Amino acid sequence: MKNIILILSLLSILALAACGGKETAPAKPANPNGLTDFEMENGIGPVKEKIQLAEINMDMAAKGEATFIAKCAPCHKLDKRLVGPAQRYTADRRTPEYILNMIMNPDEMTKLHPTGRKMLAEYLAPMTNMNLTLEQSKEVLEYLRKIAKEGHEQNIVADPVYRNAANQE
Amino acid sequence: MKSYSKTALAVLFVLLLSLVFFGCQQKPGGGAIGQSTAEKAFVAPGEYDSHYAFISGGFSGQLAIHGLPSGRLFKVIPVFSVDAEKAWGFNEETKPMLQTSHGFIPWDDSHHPDLSQTNGVIDGRWCFINANNTPRVARISLQTFETEEILEIPNSAGNHSSSFVTENTEYVVAGTRFSVPVPQRDMPIAEYKGNFKGTLSFIKIDPEHGHMNVEFQILMPGFNYDLTHPGRGKSHGWMFFTTYNTEEANTLLEVNASQNDKDYIAAINWKKAEEYIKAGKFKTLPSKYAHNVYDEGTHSAATTMEKEVRVLDPAELPGLVYFLPTPKSPHGCDVDPSGEYIVGSGKLAAALTVHSFTKILKAIEEEKFDEHKYGIPVLNFEAINAGTVEQPGLGPLHTEFDGKGNAYTTFFISSEVVKWKLGTWEVLDRKPTYYSVGHLMIPGGNSRQPFGKYLLAMNKITKDRYLPTGPEVCQSAQLYDISGDKMELILDFPTIGEPHYAAGCPAELIMPNSKKYYKIEENNHPYVTRSEADSRVVREGKNVHVYMTMIRSHFSPDNIEGIKVGDRVYFHVTNLEQDYDVPHGIAVLGATTSELLIMPGQTETFVWEPKEVGVWPFYCTDFCSALHQEMQGYVRVSPENSNVKLTWTLDGE
Ligand code: HEC
Ligand SMILES: [Cu+2]
Repeated sequence: MKNIILILSLLSILALAACGGKETAPAKPANPNGLTDFEMENGIGPVKEKIQLAEINMDMAAKGEATFIAKCAPCHKLDKRLVGPAQRYTADRRTPEYILNMIMNPDEMTKLHPTGRKMLAEYLAPMTNMNLTLEQSKEVLEYLRKIAKEGHEQNIVADPVYRNAANQE
Repeated sequence: MKSYSKTALAVLFVLLLSLVFFGCQQKPGGGAIGQSTAEKAFVAPGEYDSHYAFISGGFSGQLAIHGLPSGRLFKVIPVFSVDAEKAWGFNEETKPMLQTSHGFIPWDDSHHPDLSQTNGVIDGRWCFINANNTPRVARISLQTFETEEILEIPNSAGNHSSSFVTENTEYVVAGTRFSVPVPQRDMPIAEYKGNFKGTLSFIKIDPEHGHMNVEFQILMPGFNYDLTHPGRGKSHGWMFFTTYNTEEANTLLEVNASQNDKDYIAAINWKKAEEYIKAGKFKTLPSKYAHNVYDEGTHSAATTMEKEVRVLDPAELPGLVYFLPTPKSPHGCDVDPSGEYIVGSGKLAAALTVHSFTKILKAIEEEKFDEHKYGIPVLNFEAINAGTVEQPGLGPLHTEFDGKGNAYTTFFISSEVVKWKLGTWEVLDRKPTYYSVGHLMIPGGNSRQPFGKYLLAMNKITKDRYLPTGPEVCQSAQLYDISGDKMELILDFPTIGEPHYAAGCPAELIMPNSKKYYKIEENNHPYVTRSEADSRVVREGKNVHVYMTMIRSHFSPDNIEGIKVGDRVYFHVTNLEQDYDVPHGIAVLGATTSELLIMPGQTETFVWEPKEVGVWPFYCTDFCSALHQEMQGYVRVSPENSNVKLTWTLDGE
């Protein structure tokens, strides 16, 4: 079953590549695994619409930091790759919705989403679902936004997301 | 696409099955089944079974969970016997569960599971099961599928007529198979008659948490109390126990307990018993019995030693107990879904005896008593008899019901299940079992509402049924489709230990409540480590407490130094995962105990007393991810007098 999905999705990726995305093609090629355009950009999971972001909410960020230390720190550091990627600039790299979906639905994200799949191929250990609520996930998101902002202010160098040559863009 | 490939698989499987059966009509034991019949038990890979079956492990002491109709084994729940795989009885948290008034006991013999009920219908909350040898009753949660409570039964010996549940789970009962001196004392065995007593215990169940408590015991004459079933519907409030050895023999029972033409079914009016208790008509006997409760919040069990029990004496309390004469050492004692018929299976009788509850009430009212035995009225047989099933087979044991007016009885000696009709007592069908069937189970069979689609027969002997495995061969269960007029054998599967009895129900009563993981915020284990940042090692004299966490796929800490020979090292290990189906395990080289197998959000503890200097590895024992093989660590053990500092690190930090 898994192999079939894998082969099919590889085929569809190939098909995609063969179509060539550079020129504006008359008919848009299908997304892999039947993902919608929204999902391609924002991930698969409970968050299905764009959310409105305001200024970073410091109260929420503080709660998010506590959650991060308790539930995410075993696998994520800010500026160093551990089990998963360094989290300093995740908020720059991915859309807020993508981050929320990754936190709340890592299983499908790393199976069906092309970026999630690529991350899994790089890190090999699957990101665990820590069963955060949407509220808790949003707090973590505020925290991720806050540390990215601080990173820019203090000129902290980004740890590369991909080390495995095959995964490099 | 998903469903397409499932169908393809199913078709392939059925093709394979048919191939197998085509070349193989002649089996040594007979009873081979054809392709279309086999399909009835076929559950395609990836599909769910429609029913749960909780099959006791007999002398394994455990409870096995199978799916029906496929017979697939999902889990063996450790109950009365230690289980190194699950650290049951090995880790610090579960050791108290196996405590008794005789000390820690690593084994027992588990016989009769029964499911909790509300209004006479199975409610999917708990499964109860008895320990035969050192009398106990266990309660298993059907949310966590773990044993949550074990209660020892005082003044009992051979807790066989147990654990059967009343219509609203008011009580679970526990009748003694052996009569013994009550209270126990040093006396000649030959003075058994008249001096030994049998107790029937009524264990009250707290409706909210299921907690058990011996509410009262009825002190009965020194017979053997074999099996029991609760009244239901019109007979709710009564409990019926079969007896044998009413001769009160104490040796060669094989011969000496088979003298009387009739033994009894003891009918207990437990509503009356409640009145007598309320009125203070009980004696309080000093006794000693263990009550072990596992707390899901602390993930730990504790033992309380109970000190007394309330006893009712039926000789002095009219209306509490009546004896129903029943031919020849009745074994099974089964009550039909309406509560009207009480079926006694006289092991050595040629016929099945059925009593009528309506007639019993009438006979009591009219005082149709033949005699009194130890002050207990014996009702007149003809006055209460509803009918007999003549010549049904040899060695009747147990009866269950399909809810459509039919009864099904197992016959041990003639190895068959016989279907007969309630009311007309005519035999409708008979099918062989392979071989020597004991109990049978129809899902919901002990309730007002049986789900009469399947019948599971449990066999003691399998001789030529499976590939041989040396002198010891498996016992088995056989599934019959009983939806038609005739029973149809559709599956035959091996079981663990002795599949003594089973309980079953449709999956939807249980499946939605099955727990997926424990919330780490709700973990109140005294040694929990809720976050990797809190992992640490603390020395208290010779005792060292390691507060360790695990998450895919590393331990924290994973390098520990400063442990010394002669220390007692407690590994308190918390699984930080918060997702379904991500357990981790841990084992240390040379630790004289089992592994731990820790569910997400749970904490467990094992003790290690290192005796050798060296650097000893530990690792995760449950294949948890692609980097599972990397989930490991080291403990450095130094000589007793060394001054290596106590340190703990992960990734050098
Ligand atoms: C058991 C280790 C583990 C835990 C715990 C964990 N993660 Fe991850 N995380 C990973 C790995 C590994 C990846 C890379 C994808 C993969 O392999 O599944 C990842 C990827 C991510 C990504 C995507 C990053 C990107 O650039 O695409 C985000 C966001 C993330 N994690 C956030 C979190 C948060 C927030 C928590 C805590 C609630 C958390 N993770 C807990 C291991 C973990
Ligand atoms: Cu592991």
